[in-house]
Amino acid sequence: MGKTIADKIFASHLRDEPFEGAKVLNLDRVLCHEITTPVAIADLEWRGKDRVFDKSKIKAVIDHVTPSKDTKTAIQAKMIREWARRHELEDFFDVGRNGVCHALFPEKGYIRPGFTVIMGDSHTCTHGAFGAFAAGVGTTDLEVGILKGVCAFRHPATIRVNLRGGLKPGVYSKDVILHVIAKLGVNGATDAVLEFAGPVTEGMSMEARMTLCNMAIEAGGTCGICMPDEITADYLWPFIQDEYPNKEAAVDDFKQWHSDPDAEYKQILDFDLSDLEPQVSYDYKPDCVKPVSELAGARVDQVYIGTCTNGRIEDLRVAAKILDGRTIADSVRGVVSPATPKIFRQALEEGLIDIFMQSGFCVTNPTCGACLGMSNGVLAPGEVCASTSNRNFNGRMGKGGMVHLMSPATAAATAVTGVITDARTLLSRV
Amino acid sequence: MEKIFKGPAIFLDRNDINTDEIIPAKYLTEVTKKALQPYMLEDLKLDGFDPHGDELKNARAVVTRENFGCGSSREHAPWVFEVNGVHTIIAQSYARIFRQNMFNGGMLAIELPQQEIDALFELGKQGTVTLNVDVDAQIIHASVAGQESEFPFEISEFDKALVKAGGWVEFADARY
Ligand code: SF4
Repeated sequence: MGKTIADKIFASHLRDEPFEGAKVLNLDRVLCHEITTPVAIADLEWRGKDRVFDKSKIKAVIDHVTPSKDTKTAIQAKMIREWARRHELEDFFDVGRNGVCHALFPEKGYIRPGFTVIMGDSHTCTHGAFGAFAAGVGTTDLEVGILKGVCAFRHPATIRVNLRGGLKPGVYSKDVILHVIAKLGVNGATDAVLEFAGPVTEGMSMEARMTLCNMAIEAGGTCGICMPDEITADYLWPFIQDEYPNKEAAVDDFKQWHSDPDAEYKQILDFDLSDLEPQVSYDYKPDCVKPVSELAGARVDQVYIGTCTNGRIEDLRVAAKILDGRTIADSVRGVVSPATPKIFRQALEEGLIDIFMQSGFCVTNPTCGACLGMSNGVLAPGEVCASTSNRNFNGRMGKGGMVHLMSPATAAATAVTGVITDARTLLSRV
Repeated sequence: MEKIFKGPAIFLDRNDINTDEIIPAKYLTEVTKKALQPYMLEDLKLDGFDPHGDELKNARAVVTRENFGCGSSREHAPWVFEVNGVHTIIAQSYARIFRQNMFNGGMLAIELPQQEIDALFELGKQGTVTLNVDVDAQIIHASVAGQESEFPFEISEFDKALVKAGGWVEFADARY
């Protein structure tokens, strides 16, 4: 029997199996942000174990509430800042250099094929787009990761998701993943890795693949994963060019991580996407998803474009294309948060920021506080938000608020009209 | 903090109860577990449920349905149970990270088949159910209105070792 990419990464990183089925892996990356890390730091200090296993493998950022909004968040920022200095972490991103963790760390080239990655954040699964095993963990796992560079997992099963058929214009990876989650259900992939494959996946940019993998957790998945290929090598090239004589060599090397043709899967799902419409969530679970046509006309109060799901340059380009020459509805507040400083600058240079501002959007610094109802765009009770984020739980963006998940194109079109709108009805330029 | 696996249970009759309902994100600015105490299950969407009622206040165990603890990785979810003295959760299934977080903190996230969960819910209709979990024997003793019943369960050797060690930090520190 062959192995899946996840099996191969597990085999190559296995440190210990203290009991049958409990696999302790060596970690290549331990990622940290200011919400879940300070408690781990405090606990390590309390235990008299304020150490780090490797200052080059631990990366930290302040991203959820930044700049700090009050004393409590200022203390969280101070704790992680001082800890990063104390242990001389090679990479720590403070105000002005910081961005949404799952956009910033890949952009810096920290994630490589075959890596094991943990973070105290459930959307760590995003990094699987690079052919890595990347899992969200709690603070205790994070703490042990920081101290010892290991994490324990049950060996995950793999569900293969074949995406084929091609996407119609105006349909994006966000629509695909919402559709996949609707099929799987919110626990359809629990204890499993979602392996995205097939021609549609192979044709996707790294940004689009990150959007796919980002939402694996919304089906309960431990990690989303894509096979590393030419597109991965192109993205990583500035960071790996000293390691390989040429790109072809890198692509060849990456193949060691590809799933074998006879690999064992728990389930194989096949999606023909040729007729897929843009998708929008309703209700309070990410598997409650309908084609945009069925929800069109529903009123929203706020439109939020950003987050670790869809705050990357491609997303801003798509939204700006729709907003160009238009203004958003009077009844709507538009908030756009470019996910990293690099994306922000790029958007400035390409004139996208100008388009957003002309249309009436508020452009914030790179942060994601609105996504989880902490800052920069929290909803009031009864308010509805059209959002490019990944989670629509009750109260997620503010107590009593409700969230419709959608692509940046649908969100931008919705901002223009003030009601949920199929971007393709607005223009032919999606 | 020593973990106690006995006491009255509260029954939450819903699937997919998520971490944001267990502890909303606005409280994640706290850097101590203790500060979370007043907010347990504050945003739970469940008819008739009172997050400030006596039933929850007195509860030492939670019995619930499928995919409990889905969503965020926040360990604040197990912690808010921990600081309120709820160290045992019994569900038909869990989200992976929540389950791991429970055991990592030396607490119990027990899985039972639907039939047994249904039976527990039936007991819940008769009055306050008191549970007593024997981790070594892997049996839940349930008593209500003078009646006793037993529910055998299985947890992995690893999970049991974590509970015995008091959590993953202790286990890992002794071994790696
Ligand atoms: S964008 Fe939202 S889901 Fe992503 S890390 Fe930030 S808060 Fe979490």
